[in-house]
Amino acid sequence: MAIKIFKNFFKRILGNLFKNKKEIKLGFYGPPNAGKTSLANRICKDFTGEEIGTISKVPHETRKVQFKEKVEISYKGKKMTFKMIDTPGIATKIDYEDFLKYKMPKKEAKERAKEATQGVIESIKWLDDMDIVVVVLDGTENPYNQVNITIIGNLVARKIPVLIVTNKIDLKKADIKKVEAAFPEYDVIGISAKFGDNLEEFYESIFKLSKKV
Amino acid sequence: MSHKRGGKSLGQIKGFSIQFFPYSEMKGLDSDGRIRKILNIVFGNNILILQGRLSSNEEARLIGDTMAMIGHVKGFKGIELAVISGGGSDSLLGKMAKGVANVLAGGDFSAITIIGPASIVKEMKRNPKKIELLLNR
Repeated sequence: MAIKIFKNFFKRILGNLFKNKKEIKLGFYGPPNAGKTSLANRICKDFTGEEIGTISKVPHETRKVQFKEKVEISYKGKKMTFKMIDTPGIATKIDYEDFLKYKMPKKEAKERAKEATQGVIESIKWLDDMDIVVVVLDGTENPYNQVNITIIGNLVARKIPVLIVTNKIDLKKADIKKVEAAFPEYDVIGISAKFGDNLEEFYESIFKLSKKV
Repeated sequence: MSHKRGGKSLGQIKGFSIQFFPYSEMKGLDSDGRIRKILNIVFGNNILILQGRLSSNEEARLIGDTMAMIGHVKGFKGIELAVISGGGSDSLLGKMAKGVANVLAGGDFSAITIIGPASIVKEMKRNPKKIELLLNR
């Protein structure tokens, strides 16, 4: 009897320990070229010394879901471990001719378009597997784009906690107020992934959001 | 509501038609049926104006199915999609939440969904008050 009580006690303690150490699956979603990989890279670089993927001015640079496991983020003495999941940008149209504008050879442009369409499908499939999601929007673009609304609508339907990040606030054209007006029910954080501006507020929001998981 | 069809052109824009569907046309269909119907309309170089809206899950499936068809249907580059909802000063997601509830209850009649092939519709500029369609030339 005493052994059984002892066993249960340790099981509970160890169970709680592992529960706290659980990796939280943190997804980065948004339209192409909003800066999802730039933001994920900055976080990974800061806490693991390695980046998650390559970035480019050409849209659809990320065409496969990319991971970085066991990323331990420290903020104000607290630590949390995340599995970072960087997803390809979601779009409703992909035309290889758009890539030709970046002086890409036709064959390469066609291949990129083909991979990009697969990437969008993959991103949508992964929606079910996220614990929390950061929706990265380009602060210089119109937030009322239907893709943004569809992504957030799907996260709401799946009861996945969401943080909206307005990226590129270093640019004059960026308008965080417009994003806040479009999504008033959500925390909207303005950042510059390129220069690392306002990441403190971002980490604070991520820690707050993680408590909902 | 056939606006233009056939070989003739409107300025430099090739022929296309605009089709309006009342919600009753979609009401009896399941998600697969709705998406199939929408894609068939869009593949025919038509712009669809739909009374009501799809659920967010159906919207995501529509995007996924659209992506799967690019490269398999000649000249198809995807779609442009926009939804505008009535209901006064509600926020987007408030409208969307009501929209989802209404879809489940049998249709958000105050919403209008516009879907067009990207080969014809260059861009749908959307703000809370209006949708503007820019066509390809």
